[in-house]
Formats: sequence, structure tokens, C-alpha cells
Amino acid sequence: MTNNDKVLEVKNLTMHYMTRKGPVYAIDDVSFYVRRGESIGLVGESGCGKTSVAISLMKLLPDNAEIINGEILINGHDLVPLSDAEVRKFRWRHISMVFQAAMNAMNPVYTVEEQILEAMRLHRPEMSDKEMDEKIDHLFELVGLDPAFKSQYPHQYSGGMRQRAIIAMALSCDPDIIIADEPTTALDVIVQDQLLQKVRDIQRQLNMAMIYISHDIAVIAEVSERVGVMYAGQLAEMASTEAIFHHPIHPYTMGLMSAFPSIVGPKTELVQLPGEPPDLLNPPPGCRFHPRCPYATDICREKPPEFKEHAENHYAACWHPGGES
Amino acid sequence: MTEQRILVNIRNLSKLYPASTGIFSKSDVFVHAVSKINLQIAHGESVGLVGESGCGKTTTGKLLTRLIDPTEGSIELDTEDGVVDIAQLKGNALKRFRRNVQMIFQDPYESMNPRLTIYDTVAEPLNVQGIGSVPEREERVAQFLETVGLTPASSFMFRYPHELSGGQRQRIAIARALVMEPRFVVADEPTSMLDVSVRTGVMQLMQDLADRLSVTYLYITHDLAVARYMCNRIAVMYLGKIVELAETEELLHHPQHPYTKALLSAVPVPDPTFKRKPVVIKGGVSKPINPPPQCRFYPRCPLADDFCRDNDHPPLEDKGGEHFVACYKV
Repeated sequence: MTNNDKVLEVKNLTMHYMTRKGPVYAIDDVSFYVRRGESIGLVGESGCGKTSVAISLMKLLPDNAEIINGEILINGHDLVPLSDAEVRKFRWRHISMVFQAAMNAMNPVYTVEEQILEAMRLHRPEMSDKEMDEKIDHLFELVGLDPAFKSQYPHQYSGGMRQRAIIAMALSCDPDIIIADEPTTALDVIVQDQLLQKVRDIQRQLNMAMIYISHDIAVIAEVSERVGVMYAGQLAEMASTEAIFHHPIHPYTMGLMSAFPSIVGPKTELVQLPGEPPDLLNPPPGCRFHPRCPYATDICREKPPEFKEHAENHYAACWHPGGES
Repeated sequence: MTEQRILVNIRNLSKLYPASTGIFSKSDVFVHAVSKINLQIAHGESVGLVGESGCGKTTTGKLLTRLIDPTEGSIELDTEDGVVDIAQLKGNALKRFRRNVQMIFQDPYESMNPRLTIYDTVAEPLNVQGIGSVPEREERVAQFLETVGLTPASSFMFRYPHELSGGQRQRIAIARALVMEPRFVVADEPTSMLDVSVRTGVMQLMQDLADRLSVTYLYITHDLAVARYMCNRIAVMYLGKIVELAETEELLHHPQHPYTKALLSAVPVPDPTFKRKPVVIKGGVSKPINPPPQCRFYPRCPLADDFCRDNDHPPLEDKGGEHFVACYKV
């Protein structure tokens, strides 16, 4: 695999939010990559830093957030040192994002068509009006919307339709990679199912790289080829979806798997993880998971484990992978 | 279930909301949020009410706790004073009824007064009902805080909700609902705002308490996987109607109503090697505004024919083994 295979490479990304009580260590030394055409899942609980990773990749950070260290390489170009104006050239064109709250992601006083056109005019100035018009029709069909609806306003759409329109918008400038942050979380299960299938089809059809962020491991299982599990601002484990679900080695991943209910298969007993995620103002020393870990020993309490490869393409940050001592 | 004593008996319960509200005009357009449902809940069981948003499950919960008044129908509750019809209660009788029935809400961030301490929050039902002296209330609150896993109680009593995590707050909400030792608790999505690693603990707590305090639950949820772990029986609602009702594993493994089948095959499975059956129904849920008398599911149903179109909504019938289905085609 050459470097060119990687659309996105994140190296040692560290990001803090400054608050009155001190810095919140939201992302701590996170490294991963996404290959061209590959679909990655990022899963974790609230406050684990998954959305912080997304907004850092887009460089859509609030004023109190600061990237302390690391690189965000898109096709080899590092976004971290770039100014806002320079980053804007990458957004939409190379990296775009689908947000969770579809209602808030659209401007209520413009039609859906106008909003997609706005992004295209800015980032694809070489396209003629006619080309853009055709492109929008094509995008609507791609996401499963009738192009006749394009001149309507967002409030005239149902929740599922709006989420489809947001996806069409994110695809409008043919990005190399798309970040989808909980795009189906607010939707009912049948609509969610339709949208998940659409997302999967589009991703394969366009051979586009995707980062799919969710708290729901069942959704992640359906859309991702590889999965990164985040805990307290760090990547705990990253491997193929199959390995994460069938042979997890980080005790947190193992705990998540046995705490998650399913409607198929035998009804196994759910095992509760003890305790609660740590306060990131004051994370525990050593491994951040050690206060909840059944396998924790002295070294876990003292020294943070390195995020390293334990089996081929199976990375984890743990002193006792798989629970071994 | 036949031999068991019935705690709650819901008969022909309906709730209609006016769809257009003019100042001078009386509306003749209604949203049939809950439409003539029948359901019996036995002592000690927990029944799940599942369905998509807008199917009427929360409205049903609010009717059972009399937070809203039904348009028609009766809800009979077996209390120490004999069987009473909740729908007809007024004044003191309504107040006494609240000792028997409590509700746990979805959002632990919104359901608590931020200016009340944990003690005041949990003791409020006792104050309102005038139960016990102040020292007795303190003792009872402390006991319930320990029961829901907030130990030692003294370190939580005089804190405020914002100092606690979501999981801890939901435990407070459970303590507040159970401190009256009610017979019947309506839990409206009590775990849907919680993270997986915390959720399991709250689910187990609710089940333990059901056994220890002999509480009967109506568990409202959109999540069938959670319902599987919490409920003895599951009722599936669609646009204000119960379309299927059966014992939990029976419903999950042998669904009969086409809507239940679609709902079950749309649930993502946390196993990348599992292949789900494709969902055969099309479109989305509409609003039940002055719905035609035919089956509510008719417009989306893959099995529907002229008979379904020309007849009223099918009755919920026992298709064998206490498996109730409202469908002509089953």
C-alpha cells in the first residue's frame, strides 16, 4: 500500500477545549487513516470525542477549541496549519460532512436547491448553470428523492427526506471523503433502514471514502469495513468490523459487545460495565479505562498503553489485550 | 396470564386531538392519537409498548397515568380500595390514585427541577401525599437512594441534579417514581438517552426493583432489543392501534402482522455477518388525521387487498397461544 491510497491520514491528533475549569482533553493522540473508497466506523459513547474528531477534521472548531498537536492529511496536504480561507478550499470539495440534526443543518429561508447550488457555485466555479442543474437532479435521484421536490423548502420535507437532502448536499462537490455524524439517529427504525441502505449503496457506487460516526454499534456493523472504538478521547481499538465484533481485544470493546442487546440469536445475559466514563477535565492517570477495567493491574494505573498493532491490522491501546495478564 | 389477576384493564381507550385550532371555529378534524385500544396487564408482569414516533405510545402512557384525559373508554385499575376507573377519577380520589401509579420520563436532564436537591426531588411525592413525618421521609429517601445504587445516600442527598451524570439522574428518577411504592409504573423510554455501558445497569436495576417491590411496568420504547430484555409481553402500536400483542420471544421469533415483520427486519443487528431480511413496506408513517375506517396499515401493507380496503380496521384477535394480531390476512 502506497501513501496515495490514503485519502485521509490523522497523525497524533490532540485537541483541547479551554473552559473556565481548565482544559478538557477531548482528543488525545488519535491516529488513523482512511483508504480511498473505504468505509470506516467510529463508535463510542457520549463525550468520547467522536464528534470532536469530526469537527477537527473539518476544522469547524468552536473558538475555545484548539488543536495542540498532530496532522490531518487530506491527499497528503496537512490541514492543521492552514488558515480559515485556505481550509475552505478543502471543505466540500475534498472533505464534507453530514450532520446529525438535519433540521438545523439547512437554512429554512432558502429552497433545498438554492442551498446545494450555493455550495457548488463556491467550490465548483468551472461548472455551468446547466451542468449544476443536471447534477442536482442526478444527486436527488442518487439519494432517492424525486427531483420535483428540489424547489421546496426544508420544512416541507419529512425527517428522512431532509436527511437525504443533506446527503445530496454533502455529495454535491464530489468530495474524496465524507464524514457522517449520526445521520440516522433521530429517525425511526424503518426510515433509518432505508437510509442506511442508501448510504451504503452510494458509498460503494461512488467508491467514496466515508467515516461513519455513531453510538450505535449495530448501525456501525452494517455500514463499516473497519471500526475504531473511542473511549474518553482516545482510540481504544481499531480493526476490521469482523474482528471488532467477533474477536475484540480491548476490554472496553469486549464490554460494549456484551452490554449491547440484540433481537436476533439467543437471549444472552447483558453484562454491565461498572462505573461511568471519566471526566475529561481530570482524566485518570495511566490507561483512561483502568478504573472500569476488570483486568487492570499496576501498570495500567501508572502508564498509558501505546496504541499499537497486536495482530495484522488490529490495533489496540491496552496492556492486557484480550484480558491476558 | 389467564389465571393471573388483572391489574390494569384498558377498554376501548381513545384520545383524539383537534388538528386545527381556530379561535371561533370548533374543529371537526381530529388526530386519532390513540384509537379504541384494549389491553390487559396482569399483576407483576411488564408489558412493552413499541412503535415508531407518532404511533400513540406516549399518549397511551399519559392516559394511564391520567396526565391527560381520555376522549372515551375506561382504564380499570385494581387498587386496595377495589377496582376503580382511572378515567372517571376526580379530586381526592385522583390524588390517592397517584400513590398507585407513577411515571418515569425519558429525559433525565429535563424531568428534574434544577433548583431542588436530590433529597427534595425524591421526597416531593411523599410531601405531596403527606406520607410520614420529616425524619421518616428522610429515612425513606435515603433507603431508596441506596436501593437504586446511589451509595452512600448521604453523599447524594444534598447535591443538585447538574452535579450528577445522566445515568445517576435516571436512577434518581426511578427512586422518585418508586418511593411511593406504587403498584404500576409507566416508564417512557427510560433508557433511550443513556449510553450503552450505563444503560445495562439501569435496565437491570428496574428489573430487580420490579421483583423486590412487586411493581408492574408498562415499558414504552422504540427499541425492540431493549424491550426484549425488559418485557414479558410486547404490544406493537401503529397509528393509534395495537396491531400485535404476544409473549416477547414469540413476537420476536414468530411475528405475524406485516408491520411487525417490517419493524423487526429493519432493526440493525450488532453482528457484521448477520444478513437481515429486506424490509418490504414502502413509505413513511403518516398522521392519523380523520383516518378512514379501513385498516390503518392498508396504504403501506404488502398483503392488502380489496377486502382490507372495504372493511373496518381488523379486531385484535387471538390467533392461538395468546398471540393477538389485528390483520385479516393472517
